[in-house]
Amino acid sequence: MRQTVAALLAKELALELRTREAVPAMVLFSITTYVVFHFGLDRDRVTGDLAAGVLWVTLLFAAILGINRLFVADHEQGGFDGFLLAPVDRTALLVAKVIALFSFLCVVEVVAVPAFAILLLGPSLTQALPELLLVLVAANAGIAVVGTLVAALAIQTRARDLIVPLLALPLLVPVILAAAQVTTPLFAEGGAGALGGDWLAVLALYDLLFALIAYAVFDFLLED
Amino acid sequence: MPATDHAVVLRGAGRRYGERAALRDVSLELPAGQTLVVFGPNGAGKTTLLRMLATLLRPHAGEVCVLGRELPDDGYAVRGRIGFLGHEPLLYRELSGRENLRYHARLHRRPAACVQAVLDAVGMSARADDPVAELSRGMVQRLAIARTVLHEPELLLLDEPLANLDPAAAAQVQPLIGRASGCTRVVTSHDPAGGLEGADLALGLRGGRVALLAPASAVTTAQIAELYA
Repeated sequence: MRQTVAALLAKELALELRTREAVPAMVLFSITTYVVFHFGLDRDRVTGDLAAGVLWVTLLFAAILGINRLFVADHEQGGFDGFLLAPVDRTALLVAKVIALFSFLCVVEVVAVPAFAILLLGPSLTQALPELLLVLVAANAGIAVVGTLVAALAIQTRARDLIVPLLALPLLVPVILAAAQVTTPLFAEGGAGALGGDWLAVLALYDLLFALIAYAVFDFLLED
Repeated sequence: MPATDHAVVLRGAGRRYGERAALRDVSLELPAGQTLVVFGPNGAGKTTLLRMLATLLRPHAGEVCVLGRELPDDGYAVRGRIGFLGHEPLLYRELSGRENLRYHARLHRRPAACVQAVLDAVGMSARADDPVAELSRGMVQRLAIARTVLHEPELLLLDEPLANLDPAAAAQVQPLIGRASGCTRVVTSHDPAGGLEGADLALGLRGGRVALLAPASAVTTAQIAELYA
């Protein structure tokens, strides 16, 4: 299956590099939203739970843009049929799409998180960065798994743009809740506090649960 | 159920889209190495038949056996042995022809060298690195044919394979998808004379039902024309 995942992933990255449809839109959305928060809240700096909330809600909505586009090329250009005609394990498509979406989110955050720190964050990002990276990875994994599952389901419908946020947002509330709870002490006034271990465990458990659900149902989503 | 020397066996096969029956009670046997040509007006069920044989659609009635395996249960076992050329080329428009073929070669576990070989065979080497979106329909069709035969399938399912090809290109791809390929073939066509010429068995569909099934040598162009009346 590794070979198939590698082939699919190479195709995904080549398509994104060629079209630049998902990642630039997600980055622009994030930065614009932070600017809007900057003026909307009428504050130069936010801290604690407000900072965590602003960071994660923005990243969540940016992710929705990527989730919406995840299967579009496959659906519109016959990529699904091309894949289904090959003698390969269909789970490879799930794995490749999850990795692709995870990678897109990481690239977005390379720009969006420093932008958040410059535009809004009160405490220094440097101190919180090592722990924040851990939370970003765990949350990205959850968003990527849930997002891929929702995108595969929504692409079969005519109302994809409506179905994706309608399904993904409620399913991703636990991810955002846990990520924000873990992040809050990192953005505390007067320096980063300790990481919320319990919430990090909840996040990891949710990631695992949805990975198992996605593995179990993904084949059925590809059936005609 | 099937005799093993038959590449395709259908017994009362049917397929619905919602309430509408696209294919009803189709029964036939196609021996390995032979060619079945399928005629019928638009919406007669030709594409549905091909997609069902390609494992892309589940049969809703009857029995379907391809290359000795029952569908849909054994679909996995035959996928790599089927070459499917539908109305869509199944190529990503933003990628080049070569990139698309490399991708399909990797999915089918074929060596990278086979990509250049099929590009040469369809006469697309010179434009292989151009994005598919920038190619003419005929060129895209040639790339789609290259994709179809890339993994050396035993059974070719060809939906109007010569559409958009000029006479020279049509002649060039004959060794790959024509009778000379040696593959068992199921080909849809709207050209009575041309379709019957290279076929062993002729199937006429109308409204999803079998309206004609006979050896190609016994079918006249007038009978085919009646299907479209």
